[in-house]
Amino acid sequence: MLCEECGKAPATVRLEQVINGKKTVMHLCEECARKAGFFTGFFEPSFSINNLLSALLGSQLEGLPSQVHPREEVRCPVCGMSYRDFAEVGRLGCSKCYEVFEGNLMPLLKRIHGSDRHIGKTPAATREGVQKRKELENLKNELARAVSVEAYEEAAELRDKIRALEAEIRGEQG
Amino acid sequence: MSEKNVNTIDDILKRSSSPWMDGSGNASDVVISSRVRLARNLANIPFPHLLGDKDANILLGKVFDAADKIGPRGFGGSVFKVVLDNLSPLDRQVLVEKHLISPQHAENGRGKGLILRHDELVSIMINEEDHLRLQCLRSGLELEEAWILANGIDDQFSEFLEFAYDQRLGYLTACPTNAGTGLRASVMVHLRALSLTNEVSRVLNAVNRVGLVVRGLYGEGTEGQGDVFQISNQITLGQNEGEIIENLTLVANQVVSEEKRVQDFLIKNHRLEVEDRVFRALGVLSNARSISSAEAIKYWSDLRLGVEFGMVPGLTLQDVNEILVLSRPNFVQKVFNGEFSPAERDVRRAHLIREHLSKKLPGRD
Repeated sequence: MLCEECGKAPATVRLEQVINGKKTVMHLCEECARKAGFFTGFFEPSFSINNLLSALLGSQLEGLPSQVHPREEVRCPVCGMSYRDFAEVGRLGCSKCYEVFEGNLMPLLKRIHGSDRHIGKTPAATREGVQKRKELENLKNELARAVSVEAYEEAAELRDKIRALEAEIRGEQG
Repeated sequence: MSEKNVNTIDDILKRSSSPWMDGSGNASDVVISSRVRLARNLANIPFPHLLGDKDANILLGKVFDAADKIGPRGFGGSVFKVVLDNLSPLDRQVLVEKHLISPQHAENGRGKGLILRHDELVSIMINEEDHLRLQCLRSGLELEEAWILANGIDDQFSEFLEFAYDQRLGYLTACPTNAGTGLRASVMVHLRALSLTNEVSRVLNAVNRVGLVVRGLYGEGTEGQGDVFQISNQITLGQNEGEIIENLTLVANQVVSEEKRVQDFLIKNHRLEVEDRVFRALGVLSNARSISSAEAIKYWSDLRLGVEFGMVPGLTLQDVNEILVLSRPNFVQKVFNGEFSPAERDVRRAHLIREHLSKKLPGRD
């Protein structure tokens, strides 16, 4: 798609503006998006992916005021960042932030990537452990299914397997 | 220049040939190079933008220590460990021009470092946007090869460093746009025939629609320079590394075959015009006494098309790729060891290119 403003460059920015409850959507190239920012004061002059993210976050907050209102007192214990800080700079403070702000980040990740689940590489060190935990999850699902169809013999077997696997994982952690 | 001739980082900064631009590999007439980049962070340590001087330097030390333990065998060759503050601003800019560090990494800053393999195929930025940005380069369309190399080095590092990793979200990065695999794969393509026939935007728009991003030779804002484009994946979560590499390879192959189709058309129907362009470009580049980088890159593109057609005996893809580096303003200053005005640079640039071509094509000058 070409930019709706200049009609020359490919549109890489989707600009959503909500004014008095009316939503307008524009597809712009980065150049025109930057210009639009100057005129409306919507973006920083140094327009970047981080500004875009902040914009996304802003609309996320507007859209769901009751659910995800940023409470300033919630700060990451490792780096001290608040969700508001993140919304401003578009970058998280540390890996712990992903856990602290999980509730807000998950929908955002889904918007960016169309998914909120990693299916790629696992670090060599945790590879075995992760596989076991995935197996454990599968077994628990099977157990639930077995119980729901009243296959108690199978369920008992599954429960034993789950206990053994849980013990194994505990052993590795300790 | 082989790896044996490299004793200091200066030897890399002053050479115009890079093994990842040597014209080898798949479809290297159209695909100049392939790159795979992995973003990695250490668990529970603030990301670089929140790291103070002292902590940034401690982190840099940790990564350098890990690199020592990995050693040349683990990297597949000897490496330099460079504290970027110890390099001059000019040297840092030359690293940017050679695509070995990002423009952001060249700015003054605390604890910024670089681990660079002597053959330039591996370059690791430390304390850029993420703690580690591991980049592997290959000549031609060789994403799979680049990924295998990057994956192996990543495994080595993870034996000595605890990377931030979440079972559900994968590798955790400063910007959520990189979370998951932390993988950005890209190919640098030269699309002269498509651009001559005004078809390049049609092809690149199609590329955009399948979730890939197109940028210019030196990133955003340099679109169209020398008809060189970089195509890369955008999504890093919900696809595994193999899928990302395979998708991009498939799309790159499509782009290559479109370029070739148009090349065939040109050679069948407009051979004379094409030859005229190519040899005019060769004429300018091998005779000019002053040339700007914009002009050089414009003629470079025509000349490279001629080499892709095999029209210029004696000139290889590697020879012509080198001109890309020779044309860069900071590289010119580095070779001549001084700071020059743009006009003075143009004279020296013309000299470098002339000398390069007359070495490759003796008797023509």
